[in-house]
Order: sequence, then C-alpha cells, then structure tokens
Amino acid sequence: MLFWTTVRVALQSLYSSGLRSFLAMLGIIIGVGAVISMLAVGAGAQMEVTQKVSNMGTNLLSVRPTRSRSQGAAGAARQNLTLEDAQSLLAIPQIAEVAPIVRDQGQIKYYEQNAPASIIGTAVTYFSTRSLQTERGRIFTEFETEKSMRVVVIGSTLATELFDTTDPLGENIRINGEDFRVIGILKAKGDRDRDNPDQAVIVPYTVAMKKMMGATRIQDIDVRGAENCDMTAIQNDITLMLRKQHNLLPDTDNDFQVFNQAELLETASEVSRTFTVLLGSIAGISMVVGGIGIMNMMLLTVSERTREIGVRKAIGGQNKDILLQFLLESILISCLGGVLGIVFGCGVAVAIENFAGYPTVLEMNSILFALIISTAVGIFFGFYPAWRAAQLDPIEALRWE
Amino acid sequence: MVQLEEIRKTFPMEAGPVYALRGVNLHIKRGEMVAITGSSGSGKTTLMNILGCLSSPDSGTYRLAGEEVSNLSQQQLATIRSRRIGFVFQTFNLLPRLNALQNVELPLLYARATAGAIDRARHALERVGLADRVEHFPNQLSGGQCQRVAIARALVNEPSIILADEPTGAVDSVTSQDIMKLFHSLHAEGRTIIIVTHDQGVAAQCERQIVLKDGTVTIPGKGGNS
Ligand SMILES: Nc1ncnc2c1ncn2[C@@H]1O[C@H](COP(=O)(O)OP(=O)(O)O)[C@@H](O)[C@H]1O
Ligand SMILES: [Mg+2]
Repeated sequence: MLFWTTVRVALQSLYSSGLRSFLAMLGIIIGVGAVISMLAVGAGAQMEVTQKVSNMGTNLLSVRPTRSRSQGAAGAARQNLTLEDAQSLLAIPQIAEVAPIVRDQGQIKYYEQNAPASIIGTAVTYFSTRSLQTERGRIFTEFETEKSMRVVVIGSTLATELFDTTDPLGENIRINGEDFRVIGILKAKGDRDRDNPDQAVIVPYTVAMKKMMGATRIQDIDVRGAENCDMTAIQNDITLMLRKQHNLLPDTDNDFQVFNQAELLETASEVSRTFTVLLGSIAGISMVVGGIGIMNMMLLTVSERTREIGVRKAIGGQNKDILLQFLLESILISCLGGVLGIVFGCGVAVAIENFAGYPTVLEMNSILFALIISTAVGIFFGFYPAWRAAQLDPIEALRWE
Repeated sequence: MVQLEEIRKTFPMEAGPVYALRGVNLHIKRGEMVAITGSSGSGKTTLMNILGCLSSPDSGTYRLAGEEVSNLSQQQLATIRSRRIGFVFQTFNLLPRLNALQNVELPLLYARATAGAIDRARHALERVGLADRVEHFPNQLSGGQCQRVAIARALVNEPSIILADEPTGAVDSVTSQDIMKLFHSLHAEGRTIIIVTHDQGVAAQCERQIVLKDGTVTIPGKGGNS
C-alpha cells in the first residue's frame, strides 16, 4: 500500500516535470533503441541463415582450406585444394555429388553496359548442390565443361542491370576481357552472402581456371551426400581422403576444414554475435550517458523536494522509506525511458527492414533484456541521489524554504 | 509524560556557535495542555524539535513516557515519531501531490498499519470536520482547512503527544479560534498537547505557559522544573 502510494507520487512528479523527465530519459531511449534494433537485425540475420540452410538441406558439406595464422593478421586463406582432391572425394560411396568452386570478382560488360559481379567457376553439380534453377534458358552441360566452352549462366539482378529490355539469351558478354555466351538466367534468390547468385556469373570451372584466373587451385568443394546418408561418417571419410591426398603425416593438423550446415550456421551466428558486441558497446555508452542524465535529474528533484522529505520524516518516514521512494522514482523514469526506447527501437528495426532490406526479427527476450537493463540503470544511477535524500537531517530539511 | 533535564543544543555556525538551548528543565504531565511562548529566536522551535524526536540534544536527558530518548539512533527516533508524536506546523506542510485523505493516511503507511488505514484516515478527517473534503488537494482548501487536515494527520496514529509549532500563525483570528477548539477537544480526550505560540490569546487558553528566553525557561509555570 505504501508501495502504490509511492508509485503514484513518483508518476505524478515525473509527469509534472514533463520536459525535464523526457530529456533525462533521452539517453536511455537511444540506448535501448540501439539495443532493440541491433538485436532485431541480429535475429533477422540468424533467421535468414537458418532458412537458407533448411532450403539447402542438411546433407550438404563444404570443404575449405584452413585459414592460416602465419600469413598476415587476417589469416589469409590458403590455396591448397585441387581438382584432384575434389575428384578423389567421389570415391567415397555415400557422396552423391561434388562441385569444385573457384571465385573471382570482375567487371561484366555488354556493349556500353558495365556491372560488377562475382565470377563463379564450377561444375554442373553446383546448380543442384546450391538448389539453383534457371528462370529462362538452361545451365551448362558436362560436355561444355569438358570442352572449356565459353558459356555463362547469369544472375537475375545482373541480367536486368546489363540487358534492360534486351533478351540476354544468346548474347555475348565480356567477363574480365573474355567473351562468353549467355545460355541461362537464374531465378532470383534474394541472398546476400558472398556467393549471391543474383549478382553472379557462373561459368564452367575449366574455362575459369585456365583462361580467366590462371588458377591451379580451387577455393571450395561443395559435397552433397546421398539420401539418408550418415553425415558424420562422410565428414570422417572426407577428412581421411584429403589427408591422404595432401600426404599429411599423422601428427600434423588438417590443412582443410569440412563444414556441415550446422557449423556454417554457427559461423554466421558468430558474425552476428560480433555485430551484437559492437553495437552493444555503443548502446552501453548511451546507457551510461542516460544514467548520468537520470542521476542529475534526481539530484535536482531531491534538492527541490527537501522540505517534503523533512515532512515525511517528521510524520514517521524512516530513512529507508525515503530511499525507496526516490529509488522507485528513478527506476520508473528509466523504465519509462526503456519502454519508449523499445518503441523507438522497433521503429528503427522496421525502417531497417523496409529501407535497407535487411530482415529483422523482434524477440520477446530482447524486450525483456531491455527492460532489465533499464531497471538496472535506474537502480545504479538513482541510488546516490536517493541515498542523499534519505540521509537529510529532518530539521535542516524542514527549515528549507 | 515529558521530562527534560539540562537540555542543551548548540548550532556551530561559521560566525561562531549559536546556543539555541542552554540548559532547559521541563516537566509536562500526561494530558496537560501547555503553551510555549517567547520572542523570536529564543529557541522554541529547537525545543519542539527535540520534544518531537526530530533531533537529539547535545547534552541533558529527555524522558518520554518514562523512556530515555536522548541518545537514540535515527531509526529509533523515526519509530518513536511514528508511534507517539503528532506534528502540526505553522505552514501546514501538507504534501501538495496528495489529496486530504492520502495526506492523512501517510503516517499510517509509514507506521506499517496493516489494515483499515484508509478508514482510519477517513475517520480522522471526520474528527476535524472535513468529512466532505477528503478528495480535495491542498491547493483546493483554505488555510484553516489545510491546518485541520494537518491536525487530522497528526492524530491519525493516536499519538500520546501532539506538538504544534505556531499552528495559528498563518491563519486569521476566526480560523485560529476554530483550530483552538479542535485542540481543546483533543485535550478533552486526554491527549498531551504542546503549542508554541506568539499569540497571547492562544497561550491564555492553555492550562500553563512556559516562557523561553535566550534558550532557558524563565517563568516556570506550576509543576515546571521539577
Ligand atoms: N538548524 C539550525 N542551524 C543553525 N542555527 C539554528 C538552527 N535552528 C535554530 N538555529 C538558531 O537557534 C536559535 C533558536 O532558533 P529557534 O529554535 O528556531 O527559535 P524560535 O523558534 O524561538 O524562533 C536561533 O538563533 C536560530 O538562528
Ligand atoms: Mg520557530
């Protein structure tokens, strides 16, 4: 009962100092808004990855070279996978398909039109491992691959960028100075990862390696297991096979890694975790600034209401009653700021989704988290002013004009 | 009821110490109605603050209902204020954001009254003749009505002593008489009442006058200083 009276008084006093309360809340609003929108973006990214994985199926593996620590701080990728490695994997009975992948970036030209794209050199199997389908035309054949023919399947975005209203099928485009004939256009995927097929040109790896990149090594190997295969067993078999291929001694580490979809998902969520930490610290700073704003306002409130504090003590209020009253007031103000911040953050998330095109997901947990954080800020920064109020000498307080 | 012996209180100021009370001896019996008078600065408020357990004397002993209270902690003093003492101030000191009923209820809440606080507060307001003003806020009430709310607030916890520091100082003479009537009826119920006043008319209505001069009692009334 004392509690509700106290809450009511606190709300009234916040209301009556409207603009001042709002300004004091601003830091919290911005901080919580940042937390909410960043968590929404993070959850959205996670959701996208999860969807992608479930689209691709769980029987997909990706073999990549281990990032070396010795070569530069960023850990440049080694180039140690070969076509023979990819070929050797086919000997494993449970493996259905293998697609070697080489990548490059380049300018694609069609007469005067110019557009950047990622260049993917791979085998026919790539289209099935990645579930890519053509909107029009066809994918290249094994024959075309074998004969290093200059044919290309292009992504949907790229098609519109380069060709506008012209029909791309049968036209020649120039990729890093080499002419290729367009034989297919992919269906739009809407992905954003490094193999974004919408903005890519896909050519036979034979041409890509010999004519365009002069490469002898490949970057990735996509592996698709047969229906109902044992993925762990396949992962082990691949490891054994590639160790043999690379002539690794028993006590040396693998120079490659085999990722399953769950692990790829984890890498992705690690990325979003880093993102979270980064934005989290920005949010943290605004929370501290907001907390100081609240503390400042509470100190002002306490000195303005000195006489009230004296009266409350005279009629039997204990120090702890006074402490609780002002603490409650600062918690209320920071929670109110938190709620406004949640609304603000949701707005930002919606804006990010609509204008930047990133998917966002609002989770109940992040709202709960934001409320807990703002309560904690209220307690932490409200404690000192409330303690000051509680320690006031009643007669000094009553003499206050 | 109240027994003061050699009470001293000094305020150390930059310009030198102010000796507000210099050895006050005082004895007030249960159920007495006493006026404390004296010129401004003679130490009346300081004395009231000590009587009301808002501050402790620097030296001397203060017995309230037989219990020594001169050296209690802040928290213990707050508990005594809450249980035994009702304060009435010159400027009412109602909390502006609470209505009459909530103002009166507050001491009960601080005393952790378990049940019926609202009813008791309502009853106290009836007692001072404000049954029809319970929902009014202080700024919607006249000075006399505010002071009656303050008196209701002072008596809601059934204190044994009511301390009033110039309760009629801020109201006109007619209202002043209403308020004195209220104090008389509380006195008739057997409560101990101590009123600080400048008004000789008010002082004369009390059973006894205690005059303070320069921090000491100059004319001990009947039964004083024993
Ligand atoms: N809290 C205080 N700090 C400093 N001086 C005080 C304080 N309270 C009272 N005094 C001084 O003590 C003297 C007595 O004051 P007070 O008890 O208020 O007198 P009265 O109520 O009779 O006018 C005055 O000189 C006053 O200035
Ligand atoms: Mg005074």
